[in-house]
Amino acid sequence: MVVDARGLPCPKPVLMTKDALEKVSEGVVEVLVDNEASKENVKRFAEKQGCCVEIVEEDGYYKLRIAKGYVCSREAPEEKQVEGKNKVVLILSDSMGEERKLGELLMRAFLSTLKEATNRPKRLIFVNRGVFLTTEGSKVIDVLKELEDMGVEIYSCGTCLDYFGLKDKLLVGKITNMYDTVEELLNADSVVRV
Amino acid sequence: MGPAELARILEGLEVEAGEEVIAGFGGFEDAAVVKVDDSLALIATVDFITPVVDDPFIFGQIAAANALSDVYAMGGQPWFALNVLCFPSCIPEGWVRDIVKGGLSKIREAGAFLLGGHTVDDTEPKYGLCVVGRVHPERVITNSSAVPRCKVFLTKPIGLGVVVTAIKAQMASSDVVKRTVDVMTTLNKDASMKMVEAGAVAATDITGFGLLGHALEMARSSGVDIVIEAKKVPVIEEAFEYASMGLIPAGAYSNRDFCSGDVVFERDVGDLEILMFDPQTSGGLLVAVPYEKAHLYPYWEIGYTVEGKGKVRVV
Repeated sequence: MVVDARGLPCPKPVLMTKDALEKVSEGVVEVLVDNEASKENVKRFAEKQGCCVEIVEEDGYYKLRIAKGYVCSREAPEEKQVEGKNKVVLILSDSMGEERKLGELLMRAFLSTLKEATNRPKRLIFVNRGVFLTTEGSKVIDVLKELEDMGVEIYSCGTCLDYFGLKDKLLVGKITNMYDTVEELLNADSVVRV
Repeated sequence: MGPAELARILEGLEVEAGEEVIAGFGGFEDAAVVKVDDSLALIATVDFITPVVDDPFIFGQIAAANALSDVYAMGGQPWFALNVLCFPSCIPEGWVRDIVKGGLSKIREAGAFLLGGHTVDDTEPKYGLCVVGRVHPERVITNSSAVPRCKVFLTKPIGLGVVVTAIKAQMASSDVVKRTVDVMTTLNKDASMKMVEAGAVAATDITGFGLLGHALEMARSSGVDIVIEAKKVPVIEEAFEYASMGLIPAGAYSNRDFCSGDVVFERDVGDLEILMFDPQTSGGLLVAVPYEKAHLYPYWEIGYTVEGKGKVRVV
């Protein structure tokens, strides 16, 4: 079934999708829309109904392929790293230990080795001088990016970035705040402090 | 119309203004303000909208509250109003009369007079007001005068645009329609009087650009950063459900695009993100009150100002 909702203002595309999905118990409904808002809205609606949505960008419009009734594989990627699920590494400095020159080398070695570990952590949180590792001038950006690609979340403390004037220089991961940091640390099965 | 389109259309347009102009074409102000003498300044604004509910009387009330709000956002009192009315000739006369009656009820509640208006034949009904208000020229509250170390308040819950979309889709329950109508027909009169009493330094009303769009205008024009504490933002609860079903007005997405880069989300807030960009009809006031006076303002505290370069941070 194809629903052509191009040129229609919201909420019409959503309502047409709703009608179409109500008519089929199992199968694929294709919805055509010609703007971002309708694309987002129809996708939200279909996913809320438990359907899988695949979006194809055509010439000047979007085709949303909505699969109803089949088993959905959408959740799968989340489950991968069960072992490291509740491990958090809290990194408080850009140097591992007091001797700075050595410390920087050790930090790079630590992060690189972390990559190889079977039991990788769920998240790295960079606090205080730790944020020098996630921002411009850091020598471990490549390692952190690889870790991020492997599914390890990289978070830098927003207040710390502000303090060092590094807010616009973040090169990897996201910014976090104390509220989330506290919650994350308290919920972790184990916290490794570096 | 979205903020990006408007900025593009008006770019480079030169407008003259005399010394008596306190707020005019240049800034992001809610209304024009002109100084008459040392004790009086006039506030002028015009605003009209397409129907957001089926009932004509209630639509009239909402449209009028929405138009009067611009005067309240500047810290003034409405003085008199003119109707702006567009409707197709096929609409029953009683229906049009009810719209105007609804508007009049709110003009009266504001303590102002309805003195005339203008009507145009149009394919889609529209109603609103041109409002003139009064304020002491030294007590005008603009949106460009926020300073660091203010608490930021919101005086009505958000989610109004999403609920209106759900109403249009006939998917809103009668209970939530009633609560939303109550919010939209409420004048910002009390919010405005109390902000003047409390010593607010900056204010704006939340309308088409959404909470974060208007917060960004305030931050940019004041040269401060505004930090919004997402957990404290009041929302009409059902709006989350409707948003998850895709009942989101297109304006919310264009507002989000327009603000991207200068509105920073320091954590994932889920669907609250798009709700904070949701265009509001007759929304509340966003008010900045210095820390030491903040306890005097009895509305929702949703954040604070810090020194900065005109960004909004959501934490």
